[in-house]
Amino acid sequence: MNDLIKNIFRLTLFILVQVFVLNKIPHLHRYIVPYLYFLFILWLPFTVNRMVLLGAGFLTGLSLDYFTLTPGLHTAACVLIAYVRPFIINILITKEANEITFHEPSPRGMGWGPYLVYALILTFLHHTYLVMLEWLQFGTFLDFIIKTFSTVGISMLLILIVELLFPRRLKYRTNTA
Amino acid sequence: MRNIFLFIRRYFVFLSFLALQGVALWMLFTYNRFHRAAFLGVASEVTGSINTQVDKVDDYFHLQDENRRVHLMNDSLLNLLRENYNVPDSGQEMRVDSVRVDSVLQYRRYMYRAAKVVYNSVNFENNYIQLNRGSNHGIRENMAVVSSGGAIIGVIINTSPNFSQVLSLLHTKSRVPAALKKTGTTGTVLWDTKDPRFLTLEGISRDVEVKRGDTVLTSRYSYNFPPNFMIGRIVDVRINKATNFYDLKLQAAANFAGVQQVFVVENLQRDEQIKLQLSTEQKMDQDKKKTP
Repeated sequence: MNDLIKNIFRLTLFILVQVFVLNKIPHLHRYIVPYLYFLFILWLPFTVNRMVLLGAGFLTGLSLDYFTLTPGLHTAACVLIAYVRPFIINILITKEANEITFHEPSPRGMGWGPYLVYALILTFLHHTYLVMLEWLQFGTFLDFIIKTFSTVGISMLLILIVELLFPRRLKYRTNTA
Repeated sequence: MRNIFLFIRRYFVFLSFLALQGVALWMLFTYNRFHRAAFLGVASEVTGSINTQVDKVDDYFHLQDENRRVHLMNDSLLNLLRENYNVPDSGQEMRVDSVRVDSVLQYRRYMYRAAKVVYNSVNFENNYIQLNRGSNHGIRENMAVVSSGGAIIGVIINTSPNFSQVLSLLHTKSRVPAALKKTGTTGTVLWDTKDPRFLTLEGISRDVEVKRGDTVLTSRYSYNFPPNFMIGRIVDVRINKATNFYDLKLQAAANFAGVQQVFVVENLQRDEQIKLQLSTEQKMDQDKKKTP
């Protein structure tokens, strides 16, 4: 399947799941807000141009913001992780080109360890920024700290479940094509 | 000059990152001005139509509760029918006169419109509800929204042609004028963002007697909300030592998570009331200037 079509399909699915499933589950606790939609940005292929990545982040955040009526909140956080993503990947994956034979970040391609570190750093950045923007408008500092860590925990759990339930087929990049 | 171009080329990604961050933060912090103009006009129509489709499925999960609420509401209305009452004196006949004030015009204060919730959330600090009626159906800003069981849900803050957005009571900016049913003392109901089942009532002075289980209704002194609609019941009474006011915890009368059919209440005299208030304020200001 074409990368573009595949990713448009993915984005739609992630936003719909976030809006109509995760945002609608019965209220558990005020510190627990399950976020998963930003996994879309984590899953984008390695080959994506950095400008396109920023654009994709902006679009992802904005489309969620349209549903939750918080223009700019998720957009800002998504643009941040879209900007930081290439740096994290450079650190976690050795530079030699022949080692990057897989298509997009996934636990099978990168190995569980590096993949989870990659996901954890970006999740943490996303949530810290998001909760901080909310906290600027109201709440206390302690709320901010607790909420950041609890939402990161929940999101990591969700990411782990998604990765175990839907293992993506690996597409090896070869020079025969 | 050449160096500037080199700089821009070298840091182009970083600069566009800053630009996009700027746009996002600008949208976030100028929300109030911005959302009226651009954000909701088009978006609400798009998200509204998706929400409507999803809501069709979601409906089936709440049918039983909704049915019970409607039945109770019907029950209370049936009890108000005139046929239920006997006229005590046989010589008298009760009539409802069409002339209600010293004028030939009949007047009506509140008008109810039925609407349906298409999107709803309770998990955030700022929750909004979307209804399937908009400015085409006569919905305007500042109309109150009441659940099918007669409990206050929120107030309309924005409309598009076919949809409207409700500022739920579960919102940090929500302030509802309320009164204790027993004594009529007025206060303000707000939400502390902790639990969607409970609200807070502030501004009741300590010398008023308050007990657990007391009913809290909407106040008569509100422009938006119709009087004597249920907001909740008091479940916890605490005294704030610093201010000598109560900190009262309410169990909300409405089940915000399961709200489905609602009424949008229009105060037909609101414009007149607001106009009068504004002109009064103006008058007082002028008087102040005249007599230093």
